[in-house]
Amino acid sequence: MFFTPKGLSFFPESASTIASHVDALYAFLVLTSAFFSLLIAFLVVFFAIKYRKREAPQLPPDTNIAGHGGGLILEIVWTVIPLGLSMIMFVWGASIFFTESRPPADSMEIYVTGKQWMWKIQHMEGAREINELHIPVNRDIRLTMTSEDVIHDFFVPAFRTKADVLPGKYTTEWFRPTKVGQYHIFCAEYCGTKHSGMIGTVFVMDQNDYDAWLAAGSGEGSMAEQGQALFNQLGCGNCHPSVVNNNNGRCPNLHGLFGTTVDIKDQPSVRADESYIRESILYPDAKIVAGYENIMPTFKGLISEEGLLKLVEYIKSLGPTSGTPTGAAPGAVQTTGSEPQTPQQRRMSPQAVQPPTAR
Amino acid sequence: MITAPPPVEVEKNYINAEHGLKSWLLTQDHKLIALLYLISVTAFFFIGGLFAVFIRLQLATPTGAMFDSNTYNKVFTMHGIIMVFFFLIPSIPATLGNFLIPLMVGAKDLAFPRINLLSWYIYIAGGLFTLWVLFNGGVDTGWTFYTPFSSSYSNGYVIAAGLGIFINGFSSILTGLNFIVTIHRMRAPGLTWFRLPLFVWAHYATSVIMILGTPVIAVTLFLLVLERGLHIGFFDPAYGGDPVLFQHLFWFYSHPAVYIMILPSMGVVSEVISTFCSKKPFGYTFIAFSSVAIAVFGFLVWGHHLFVSSQSVYAGMVFSVLSYIVAIPSAIKVFNWTATMYKGSVRLTTPMLYSLGFIGLFTIGGLTGLFLACLGMDVHLTDTYFVIAHFHYVMVGGAIMGYLAGVHFWWPKMFGRMYPEGWSKLSAVIIFVGFNLTFFPQFILGYMGMPRRYAAYPAEFQVLNVLSSAGASILGLGYLIPFVYLIWSLKYGKPAGPNPWGATGLEWQTASPPPTENFEITPVVTTEAYEYSTEEVVHVG
Repeated sequence: MFFTPKGLSFFPESASTIASHVDALYAFLVLTSAFFSLLIAFLVVFFAIKYRKREAPQLPPDTNIAGHGGGLILEIVWTVIPLGLSMIMFVWGASIFFTESRPPADSMEIYVTGKQWMWKIQHMEGAREINELHIPVNRDIRLTMTSEDVIHDFFVPAFRTKADVLPGKYTTEWFRPTKVGQYHIFCAEYCGTKHSGMIGTVFVMDQNDYDAWLAAGSGEGSMAEQGQALFNQLGCGNCHPSVVNNNNGRCPNLHGLFGTTVDIKDQPSVRADESYIRESILYPDAKIVAGYENIMPTFKGLISEEGLLKLVEYIKSLGPTSGTPTGAAPGAVQTTGSEPQTPQQRRMSPQAVQPPTAR
Repeated sequence: MITAPPPVEVEKNYINAEHGLKSWLLTQDHKLIALLYLISVTAFFFIGGLFAVFIRLQLATPTGAMFDSNTYNKVFTMHGIIMVFFFLIPSIPATLGNFLIPLMVGAKDLAFPRINLLSWYIYIAGGLFTLWVLFNGGVDTGWTFYTPFSSSYSNGYVIAAGLGIFINGFSSILTGLNFIVTIHRMRAPGLTWFRLPLFVWAHYATSVIMILGTPVIAVTLFLLVLERGLHIGFFDPAYGGDPVLFQHLFWFYSHPAVYIMILPSMGVVSEVISTFCSKKPFGYTFIAFSSVAIAVFGFLVWGHHLFVSSQSVYAGMVFSVLSYIVAIPSAIKVFNWTATMYKGSVRLTTPMLYSLGFIGLFTIGGLTGLFLACLGMDVHLTDTYFVIAHFHYVMVGGAIMGYLAGVHFWWPKMFGRMYPEGWSKLSAVIIFVGFNLTFFPQFILGYMGMPRRYAAYPAEFQVLNVLSSAGASILGLGYLIPFVYLIWSLKYGKPAGPNPWGATGLEWQTASPPPTENFEITPVVTTEAYEYSTEEVVHVG
């Protein structure tokens, strides 16, 4: 029909578990919309032709479609039917959204830092890449994302998912790629001059290829190891103990902290997740652990976002849990750790940490 | 040979009552102020339209044919700001609403004529700020001004642009205030609420949104200006702010603002369809109350712009349900308009063609809104061209088609002359075809994953973009034709007479153009609206 058939298609590639669900919902929405659009168009054209008059109207006084008194029934019919259909759409959409919002607990973790105008990716094993994301096929992948500057959005059309990447907080996004191949990464939230250049490629690979790719990666050690080096370099260990049962009373012990619930002075207790740790490093006075004094200096401006992610990963590696579940939009670990846990969060049982040096 | 009704040609009317620039610039006549608005919103429409032309030229090739990305970003920003704040929002209320509401309620003027003039000057002041920004290098934030990009990173004139919109907002508030008071206090004897034309109901609902919503955007932009100018932290995490807070505040106004744009068009369409079917609108009370329902529920759906912004899942669900509920009153209207045509006496005049076009395009715009209200669907579609296509179907296919329907419907009343019927029907058809060719491909582009606000794009999106650009050239032509023949008609058009369409409404009972005081004797209303009797004299088919 068109001059380059190859250049025209109606569906993007479908390469994640969620994609087929989204496509099915889309088909339902398209068919419903097409039905109503055509119905209205048909009626309008039909009435316009059938009842067309060129001269002055000479109408009988009552020509209502419903006759006398039937109007209310019609009004109810065309209120209730759309309402019912739209509630089907709502429930269907919400159920997909719930799946999209809940990363499986044993997802493989990858860290993403957005910055005008590039994507910086850190793998737990230590490999780093820019505007490229290498992942194994048929694995649940969880991205923990933050921005160094403005709001970005990590969008992979082939996976049918996206999430905003915000400065000052961590958001998450997850998917399970089903097809080996290369797919677009787009920044979907307008972020300034080179917004349209903030694009990249997801490489979905066989597990073997992925392992080979990882092995050829950086010689800098795993993220947790790099985090530990940074931890020592910044002198965090001078105050914070990081081995079991070593409490000096001055600063909270970081061993076994991650994923536990922490009592906060004068505030509701919080879950020690990525956002809480980030906040405690940058704004130590925001939440003082009960029983401790406000003596920690801020490290704001001294550590890059990538460095913070390494520290987070190091503290995670001190146990006991990993794979923090999140209860918010595809994206969205709230910085306000004081929010009560959502039922999802509670339902998701913490899984044993994968040793950062496993591979 | 056409003979005009005897008194019209010679009698004094609101246009020839006084002469000279001063009589225009100091007028307190709502009809002249409406014309001042008509001239100014038309000017902004063509400026905004010029930027639309630039956008479609740029996107004809994947690498961007015209501008570097920095310039392109300014182009789409100016297109958005000018079209939304300086054309769409004031378009129908400030021109047709201003002109017609006093006539429709049988009053001599709006309740506060001086404030009415003031609101035009405020609009011009806001507009001049915006034009200053334009001529000094523009602003590149997008019309949404998302923080912290706008507050800390943009290299454009964010403060001036924000102040322009801030100032302009007061014009909107004052217009809304004037309408509400007029509708409450100045109705002619016998004109009860349920005898009011649906156009007036629609404007009442619009005015409520203007008064309640506009202060929020004004405050929000003011906070943005404070953060950008004085580094007071509201939105930028670097100053201790929260960037998503801005989005909540922004959309608290800007989503209801969509209803400011579409409700008046719905009012126009209700009048036009009733007139050209010579029939009382089916379900008058349902249409009237659906306007009010839209105004109320419209304030409760802003969070559907934030489904992927890190908003909580539960907030997302609430906003999703409410977004579906706000769609129902719109569906009710569409069904009622269609039912009105049943066994009507349908005359396919130009305003009727525009109104039927409105029904078709608004239906598609509304139905695609259901895609975006759907949580799991929106995650894929938000910030893509699907959203662009959706809101252009509502705002251009809906609001502008309604505006053109209204302008063509009341043009004979405003100026006492008819425009050439052949040309005007042709333009309606060209606009309908050009519009669909421009924007329908963008739905597909969006589902394919093309993000909005891209100055360049991967080559696989080119075919659909070329189609869209081709459609835009047809659409642009369609908009130029009425501009020419409407101006032509001011001098050469056939005299219209007081009621060329055989419409009911009080505005058709006075001369065309109306005298300065609207009615020689205050009318007394004894019947419901839209009582079409066969004895009425009807011209023009």
